[in-house]
Amino acid sequence: MNPRITELWVYLSTSPLLGLTLTLIAYQGAVWVNKRCGGSPLANPVLIAVTALVALLLATGTPYQTYFDGAQFVHFLLGPATVALAIPLYVHFRRVKAMLLPIVVGLIAGSLTAAFSALLVAKALGASVATQLSLAPKSVTTPIAMGIAERIGGLPSLTAVLVITTGILGAVAGRYLFDTLGVRDPAIRGFATGVTAHGIGTARAFQESEQAGAFSALAMGMNGLLTAILLPVLLPLFS
Amino acid sequence: MIAALTQLLIFQLIGEVIARGLDLPVPGPVIGMALLFIVLSLKGGPSETLQTTSQTLLSHLSLLFVPAGVGIIVHLSRVADEWPALLAALVVSTFVSMAVTALVMKTLARKAATGEGA
Repeated sequence: MNPRITELWVYLSTSPLLGLTLTLIAYQGAVWVNKRCGGSPLANPVLIAVTALVALLLATGTPYQTYFDGAQFVHFLLGPATVALAIPLYVHFRRVKAMLLPIVVGLIAGSLTAAFSALLVAKALGASVATQLSLAPKSVTTPIAMGIAERIGGLPSLTAVLVITTGILGAVAGRYLFDTLGVRDPAIRGFATGVTAHGIGTARAFQESEQAGAFSALAMGMNGLLTAILLPVLLPLFS
Repeated sequence: MIAALTQLLIFQLIGEVIARGLDLPVPGPVIGMALLFIVLSLKGGPSETLQTTSQTLLSHLSLLFVPAGVGIIVHLSRVADEWPALLAALVVSTFVSMAVTALVMKTLARKAATGEGA
């Protein structure tokens, strides 16, 4: 290769600039594709951006860590964004209070179904024990899920991938499932999305309406808490 | 915008200190969210700048999951080995748990509504 180009590549592959910029470009492109598809949940922006970036890293042989050195600045914003969820929650809190019973019962039913249906299917299909345990917390927001996986004997970084995949699946399928079941209340649609598909589902729910987003955020927080408490206790009964 | 970001980070910081200090299973930002919610309830609502900054941040929530999602690259070999079981487990459980949650809530919400009407 031309020495100037090699020098340039050495600079770019060690500075965070490239990873950060590529993440933003991939996201902008994914949003553009999503808009061209009329905002369809099938054209999920996370799925499109992740696929494009994985293909690029594989094609150039770039290690994930090199990419993440730049992308971590975006990743970091998950923290303040989680805190910011308090605002839509506050705005819609009257509706939350009015629906307290359906929320609590729906949460418990959904949370247990999410964990144990995944365990049962994986066990039936002969997945390894480490994989099964990594699957159990997959409906919980990434940082909590990784903590749970560690405690119950799963692989935290595999759990992170399964969490994101679950989020994408929920965000893609939610609208069609709820329409088929005749569930029209944005509060219920949002809450069921958040219980199953955590933050990525919440991002999708905000696209449907602010009320759906607020309920999804609430569900995500409550399910994280409930699963963290219940799963380590209930798991021994299962195996 | 900077003032609002500072506020959000302060709540995250307090949440992180509480979570680690008390060894709680919940991550710091979730505790920060609960604390901010309590403060908003006491104060009677967010300031305009906090409202707009949060809206901007939350409207791009999808972007924030991209770096972690690309992490699948590290697990490609395990995923390649066990993908039928993984995919089936994820698809079945995602559909079933969304449906169960939504139907339980719909039934109870309708009961509550007719109960009030009676």
